[in-house]
Amino acid sequence: MTEIVARDAAQAAAATGVPTRPSRSWTEIGSEIGDRIYSWSITGFAAFVPILLLLIFLAVGLAAWPALRTFGFSFLTSSDWDPVAGHFGAAPAIYGTIVSSLLALLIATPLALGVAVFLSEFAPPWLRQPVAFGVDMLAAVPSVIYGLWGIFVLIPFLREFLMPFLRDTLHLGVLPLFNGPAYGSSMLAAGLILAIMCLPYISAVTREVLLAVPRSQREAAVGLGATRWEVIRDAVIPYARSGIIGGIILGLGRALGETMAVTMLIGNRHEISASLFAPGYTMASLIANEFSEATGDLHLSALMAVGFVLLLVTFLVNAIARWLVWQTAKER
Amino acid sequence: MKLFPFAIAATIVVAGCSSKSSNATKDSAAGAAQPAGAAASATGSSDAQLTGAGATFPAPIYQKWFADYAAKTGVKINYQPIGSGGGIRQLSEQTVDFGASDAPMTDDEMSKARGGPIQHIPTVLGAVCVTYNLSEVTKPLDLTGDVIADIFLGRITKWNDPRIAALNKAVALPNRDIVVVHRADASGTNYIFTEYLTKVSQAFSSSPGKGKEVQWPTGLGAKGNDGVTGQVKQTPGAIGYVELAYARQNKLPTAAIRNAAGQFVAPSIEAVTAAAAGVAKSLPASTDYRLSITNAPGAQTYPISSFTWILVYKNQPNADKGKKVMDFLHWALHEGETEASSLDYAPLPAQMVARLDSTLATIKVGATP
Amino acid sequence: MATAQTTWGGAPSGRQRAVAERTQRSIRRRRVRSHIMIGLMYAAAVIAILPLLLIVIHLLRMGASSLNLAFFTQTQRPPGEAGGGMANAIVGTLILIAIASAVGLPVGIGAGLYLAEKRATTVRFLADVLNGLPSIVMGIFAWSLLVKPVKHFSALAGGMALGAMMIPMVTRTTEEMVRLVPISLREAALALGYSRWRTSLSIVLRTALGGIVTGALVAMARIAGETAPLLFTALGNQFWSTSLRAPIAALPLQIYNYAISPYDEWHTQAWAAAVVLVGIVLVISLAARVATRRRYGAGD
Repeated sequence: MTEIVARDAAQAAAATGVPTRPSRSWTEIGSEIGDRIYSWSITGFAAFVPILLLLIFLAVGLAAWPALRTFGFSFLTSSDWDPVAGHFGAAPAIYGTIVSSLLALLIATPLALGVAVFLSEFAPPWLRQPVAFGVDMLAAVPSVIYGLWGIFVLIPFLREFLMPFLRDTLHLGVLPLFNGPAYGSSMLAAGLILAIMCLPYISAVTREVLLAVPRSQREAAVGLGATRWEVIRDAVIPYARSGIIGGIILGLGRALGETMAVTMLIGNRHEISASLFAPGYTMASLIANEFSEATGDLHLSALMAVGFVLLLVTFLVNAIARWLVWQTAKER
Repeated sequence: MKLFPFAIAATIVVAGCSSKSSNATKDSAAGAAQPAGAAASATGSSDAQLTGAGATFPAPIYQKWFADYAAKTGVKINYQPIGSGGGIRQLSEQTVDFGASDAPMTDDEMSKARGGPIQHIPTVLGAVCVTYNLSEVTKPLDLTGDVIADIFLGRITKWNDPRIAALNKAVALPNRDIVVVHRADASGTNYIFTEYLTKVSQAFSSSPGKGKEVQWPTGLGAKGNDGVTGQVKQTPGAIGYVELAYARQNKLPTAAIRNAAGQFVAPSIEAVTAAAAGVAKSLPASTDYRLSITNAPGAQTYPISSFTWILVYKNQPNADKGKKVMDFLHWALHEGETEASSLDYAPLPAQMVARLDSTLATIKVGATP
Repeated sequence: MATAQTTWGGAPSGRQRAVAERTQRSIRRRRVRSHIMIGLMYAAAVIAILPLLLIVIHLLRMGASSLNLAFFTQTQRPPGEAGGGMANAIVGTLILIAIASAVGLPVGIGAGLYLAEKRATTVRFLADVLNGLPSIVMGIFAWSLLVKPVKHFSALAGGMALGAMMIPMVTRTTEEMVRLVPISLREAALALGYSRWRTSLSIVLRTALGGIVTGALVAMARIAGETAPLLFTALGNQFWSTSLRAPIAALPLQIYNYAISPYDEWHTQAWAAAVVLVGIVLVISLAARVATRRRYGAGD
């Protein structure tokens, strides 16, 4: 208001040729200072993120350089990890990280969406908070406990029941994906436990996003004759799509970097195998398993190199996800 | 919204205040020796005065020692099992007052330590047992080093292999696959086991060789002693290697292994101490205690035995802390050793304790600015 | 597509009846599909709850015998002696959560606001990458920055390492929630003469508060259970300590050390500690929800 008044006054003054000083109230100045401080503050806070990442990148990269320089490209392609002889090749770990994370997302996303839709659309109000809490609390269970539970409950379940079921009863064993001896400790076990660990993140974000979809969207769809499912599929979810993808990426972050639970369930074998029943390795587990005891310089550097590669893989996977989002947005 | 940051700020203020008060208690406790120390531990607000970190294997006995020592003298020593490598690294960077390791430091590692030369002090002994899961077998199996090596190399794949049968004529071995379980993570246990295998098997020493972490040609990798225990227990036909304490606490069957004198010896505290005694007899005067006692001479020795060490700088820079460390080590070598067997650790042989006493006296505790 | 010939007021023609029948069938099919999909949603919800129930039941069954008063009031006993507790670890975890939140929440929420208002895709991308960092790498990094230079371990270093881990999570969730606030709300506030910063804080932030709190709580839950960053920063402490400049005990560290030990007694305590840890996070979540309930529930 005061701006408009002041502007009119200035124009009027200019018209009459009398020089004026633009008058500003204290409120205006206060607001402007407040705006500036606010703007600087959030910019400052936001600057933390790239600065932190840059520092970590540099620190890890510097520590990794000796190993990367020694082994070059073969670090990424070789499966030979021999600390005694001084050979380090991280290919199985890279493969394992990507496969286990993708598997986790594949399993977790539909479940998380299902829970979120259930909570936002169908659940009676008295059930909503407890169930939401329940799913959120999955994030609070320490990684070590997931690992222990996995060893005592999940792995016997896989070994005695699920793996023979998939391989023999459903005859999926003909596919390379499902054959091989059923030890229990396997890529499948790791993927499953990661799925459970990613679930709360995807579900929490999706649930909030779905709850925020305006009622008018739903009502419009109903008005056009949509069934309940069609309302969700065509009116609610597309509106919330970018938020849902944000939740999925949050979950993906957890899957890529998870250490303890995975290392207790994946079998820790430096081997690339087509079968989900076979043991494998991930980059984060590799670092966790060996860091405490590694004392040789090259060994330590190799572990840091694995960390560096993990950073790069995270970059790549996120870039691909971003690109996919951009593509689907273009199609609309 | 208002509640939250207030609560956070309040907690930090409280924590900050108690840090000031606990520092005050610490200073007064240091000045007033034992009675104040006992009082301080009763009120439970003073901090630990020394920090150590390292090997996980001896952590239980160390923590028992530190608890008993704190009750006796009021000196609180915080020990955290972050791994032998971690202990060595932290000691080298001087972020802890002493380190602990299951494998001796290499010359290279010792040269990198920032505080100068390091003294290895053996504290207790441990053993690595070979354990298996064979419900059909009720008596402990007899095995030799080269047979074990070939099993872990993947050359012997069935339990009723003639070489195993030849050693166990009284036992009916099943026609079952051997599932090898080894350590996935780097550890002192791995080092001891592989070091023994390199001594008794030419093939093993060329590859994979010895180390805290090696490239196993076959088998599943489990994390930690507990991981191997769990995996072996759950997998019929499995074979693995674990520390003595794990085998005894979990009542696992363990193999009797043929030692250098040709006797098949089962793992026990006495057999482990005998291994150290056998080596202690022929210790040179200028030993730095970085000794291997696997495959030790002697009739009743268990072949896969090993020391574990506490690592301290030979020149202790901080007079107060240095004295506390030395006092503790004296106590440990005398009173502490008597508690070792209650937790399945073998105590040092008496000759070695006598030698160590004189070694401790050579550590300089002096003030450096 | 057949053009329907309307006969006003007459009986429906053959073609019209055919179209009507097709429509009826199509509607039936869509209804059936709808019921199936909704059935699957319910199934998904049940499956999603199942692991939590299984884990909590397992935790309680394994750890209940250790959950007594001593657990909450005493510090640990050495192995071989029964009893003892994790009082120091419980307090340690609370202190670490507080420090981490003090670092992570302002930065995370501030950065989230920035991303929501300025749409900086690069920063958002970098936050996502940071999110995928393994906790052990963060721990090693924090060690080299906060422990090595000062030559001692500390609770402060541990809290800051955890806080750094919270930042990308809180940033992302805050941004998502703030972006959901309809732009009309912001514009209305501006039109009424609110300054930019007051609009952002009092109007937009307050509206999105419920979602932001959810995100913050999920992030807090995650870091409460993290072990790896603490291994090289807070280190752990078997004695009582609340000093910020000394090593401090924490529940995840105790759980880890006890779980990998050979003693059954300690295994039970580890499970009990896990129950307590989940309980702590539950209590904090409930408290936060209650404190913000007045302003939450707009989109219900």
